[in-house]
Amino acid sequence: MKVARAHPLWLAYILHRVSGIALALFLPLHFWVLSLALTDAARLDSFLTLTEMPLVKLAEFGLVFLLAVHLFGGLRLLAMEWLPWTAPQKTWAAAAVAGSLFVSGTFFLQAI
Amino acid sequence: MHVAEHGSVMNVTVQRGSADTPTRTETFDVPAYDNQTVLDVVSWIQQNADPTLTYRFACRVGMCGSCAMMVNGVPRWTCRTHVSKVLDGNKINIAPLRNLPVIKDLAADMDPFFDKWVAAEGKHHPTRTREEEIAPVDPQAEERQAASAGIECINCSICYSACDTVTGNPDYLGPAALQRAWTLYNDAKDADRDAILDAVSGKGGCHNCHSMGSCTAYCPNELDPLSAIAGLKRATTRRFFGRRG
Repeated sequence: MKVARAHPLWLAYILHRVSGIALALFLPLHFWVLSLALTDAARLDSFLTLTEMPLVKLAEFGLVFLLAVHLFGGLRLLAMEWLPWTAPQKTWAAAAVAGSLFVSGTFFLQAI
Repeated sequence: MHVAEHGSVMNVTVQRGSADTPTRTETFDVPAYDNQTVLDVVSWIQQNADPTLTYRFACRVGMCGSCAMMVNGVPRWTCRTHVSKVLDGNKINIAPLRNLPVIKDLAADMDPFFDKWVAAEGKHHPTRTREEEIAPVDPQAEERQAASAGIECINCSICYSACDTVTGNPDYLGPAALQRAWTLYNDAKDADRDAILDAVSGKGGCHNCHSMGSCTAYCPNELDPLSAIAGLKRATTRRFFGRRG
């Protein structure tokens, strides 16, 4: 029998796990490419021209998404396990984080 | 929401088999009635189609916790689940509770569930003898409120069946037993909180929980074992750093 799991907490759990695994696979590659700046600058430059491709830009969006979702998944876990909050308090906390992200994100978009 | 029409027939798939016979599914055509529960459906099959079908129930009103089964992949009290709420087209899939051995057909063996209840030190450690006065309990005290939030558990094992951590780790005590430990930990009349924390911080203890939250999502009594387990994680950590609070 297929087991039903589609509720928000389980989806948050699986998103946190999958984003963690994806980042663990990505980061060694990332550091290796960065290391080219020291060992083989020309090769790094040729690699960086790839970032002009729309597909790579899309992949970069995916990376930032993975990082963000893993970061907030971790904060969610820390808050849930360490702060004995009531449900309304949690809703207000989430709203405050979302609000401050929106404000700082708008500021950031203005700045670049 | 799909409400079965009068005179229509439902297609009900039931898991059959026991520890000694291979698991198989059988499908029955069951007449649909108004206000029909999943337990009514199972009873109809046993009374009209196959008297050898084994299942368990007692109170029929959501008090005893004995009729829980997997209904379309979700653990539910079958007596309090209306067919109209779970009907998928005209199909229902019914199986015994997950994460427990099967005795026969739809009757799960609850022994591991209750053994873990005991292993989590889910028993009262008295502060007084029966000769002494009853200690007053302040219902408004913060600790009492934390305990009261979890004491309506009727041991139906729905949270235990919903938990993927139990599936992956047979030693894990599970949400119900850990919530019971948390209510006792917060009970002003309990004399041995260290024994509780010892019991829940071992190999199969509260730190195995991955906070998937299926226990809280599916508890028919709307209890919150997820938060109770988080409370035990905090309490064991406080003790580790030498504080009790």
